[in-house]
Amino acid sequence: MLEIIRGAVSLGLLWAVMTIGVYITYRILNIADLTVEGSIALGAAIAAQIISKGTNPYIATGVSILGGMAAGLVTGILHTVLKIPALLSGILTMIALYSVNLRVLGKASLSLLRMETVYTVFERMGLESSWSVIMLGLIVVALVICLLYWFFGTELGCAIRATGNNPEMVRAQGINTNTMIILGLVISNGLVAFSGALIAQNQSFADVQMGTGSIVIGLASVIIGEVLFGKRNFMMRLISIALGAITYRIIIAFVLKLGMHSNDLKLFTAITVAIALSLPIIRNRINPPRISIEESEQQAQNLNGGKNA
Amino acid sequence: MLKVSGIYKVFNPGTVNQKTALRNVSIDMEEGDFVTLIGGNGAGKSTLLNCVAGVYGVDRGTITIAGTDVTKMSEYKRAAFLGRVFQDPMMGTASDMLLEENLALALRRGQPRGLKWGISGRERETYRQMLSQLDLGLENRLHTKVKLLSGGQRQAITLLMATLKKPKLLLLDEHTSALDPKTAERVLSLTDRLVSENNLTTLMVTHNMRDAIKYGNRLIMMHDGQVILDIRGEEKKKLTVEALLERFGLVSGQEFAYDRVLLS
Repeated sequence: MLEIIRGAVSLGLLWAVMTIGVYITYRILNIADLTVEGSIALGAAIAAQIISKGTNPYIATGVSILGGMAAGLVTGILHTVLKIPALLSGILTMIALYSVNLRVLGKASLSLLRMETVYTVFERMGLESSWSVIMLGLIVVALVICLLYWFFGTELGCAIRATGNNPEMVRAQGINTNTMIILGLVISNGLVAFSGALIAQNQSFADVQMGTGSIVIGLASVIIGEVLFGKRNFMMRLISIALGAITYRIIIAFVLKLGMHSNDLKLFTAITVAIALSLPIIRNRINPPRISIEESEQQAQNLNGGKNA
Repeated sequence: MLKVSGIYKVFNPGTVNQKTALRNVSIDMEEGDFVTLIGGNGAGKSTLLNCVAGVYGVDRGTITIAGTDVTKMSEYKRAAFLGRVFQDPMMGTASDMLLEENLALALRRGQPRGLKWGISGRERETYRQMLSQLDLGLENRLHTKVKLLSGGQRQAITLLMATLKKPKLLLLDEHTSALDPKTAERVLSLTDRLVSENNLTTLMVTHNMRDAIKYGNRLIMMHDGQVILDIRGEEKKKLTVEALLERFGLVSGQEFAYDRVLLS
């Protein structure tokens, strides 16, 4: 039992990095970015390919991050400069990345067995393998959260947050909203590829298919995090998102333990996200917000008053 | 300060919905001018304002602000010269962000954004002082999300944001038309105070004839995409609603038939 939870937590920490990336596009920029599906596999592919050549795994992971950022840049340019809708821009990059990832890997999947990975340092210190993943995962997640907390508090970070909120107002303040959207997508996909690189090194292989459904997993984790752990301030939100990713993994581990076939997992996740996203509507149907006739009349008068009175 | 020379704007060219919103519009504003721009629905007031702000490009003619030709400049670059307040009170602020964060964004209008912290402690004190002058009880709500504030409060904040960094030109697009009459009155007198205190060159679009006459030193009336009246100085001071309606009839050859304007 404990072993299952430990495995889920370690995996959750690695996916938390990706979930934070999804949070940046989905909540801060207000874009559902499907690039994620390709860039997580891209991160894994780049790391695997470089590590299998015997290069330092930290350098390999760094290059993965740059690769993910480049993918975000492509989506950003498609969306802002070429005015393709965000959803479609993400899909285009995602599809293109499938071919790119096959090129990087050279085949459908690449094994990393017995290669030195980012976790090896901790294993040499005598930690058991899942504990070393938890150690590194904690360090990485803490670092990412602190860095993002700082960044989104700077002038530039504030400008990106405002862009997702009200682009007209942001342009009126002399900020190029296109640049802000591109920057957000670059940071987000860098994190996603980072996560992909860590996951590949943990499972000892990279697979061209490994991104399939990852956007839904990311959204599920974001929503679980927000619902269960609240969203008081930005720091708490980032921590909640990370906890959401871990919780998601624990839930999955449990439903598998209860006998759900692993082939049904994606269906289960999709249904969960659909329910979570439709909760506000369902709640309104069951228990509509009450407003008295007098109140609504009053409101209507207030609204018209400025124009007609 | 603002020089608009012979601009044309056509929407949906080459389709059945083709509409010439501006035809050969020229306006020359001196520094310190407070122009009220009036006209009925579809007269082209808002289109003119949006062309000056760079939301739309123009099809012919040039726009110069403070000696710089901005005709081809993108909206965000022009923003360095402009303070803007919109008709919709929700438009001027980022609703999910804190009041102080909104003000900080506006204080840096037209400046490159770097990796310095978004708000400095010294700024906060300035904001608190400025907000207390609005007399809306906002000075203690710097850490409130703007979406929790009323339309009137948000419009007052947008006005403050537009003038925080002194603009070469202040553009007000019917900024009180979505407010209840009392609040509209307050926001208008605040507008007047900020404009005269900072000696701002201002272009204010309004539907309300009385407001157009009461405020500003110059009144421009548009009809069917053209400037048809330009009244200033002493003549503007003596203007009445009746006289304005009469002059409109003489110039346009029509009765003034826009309910929204007459009723206001």
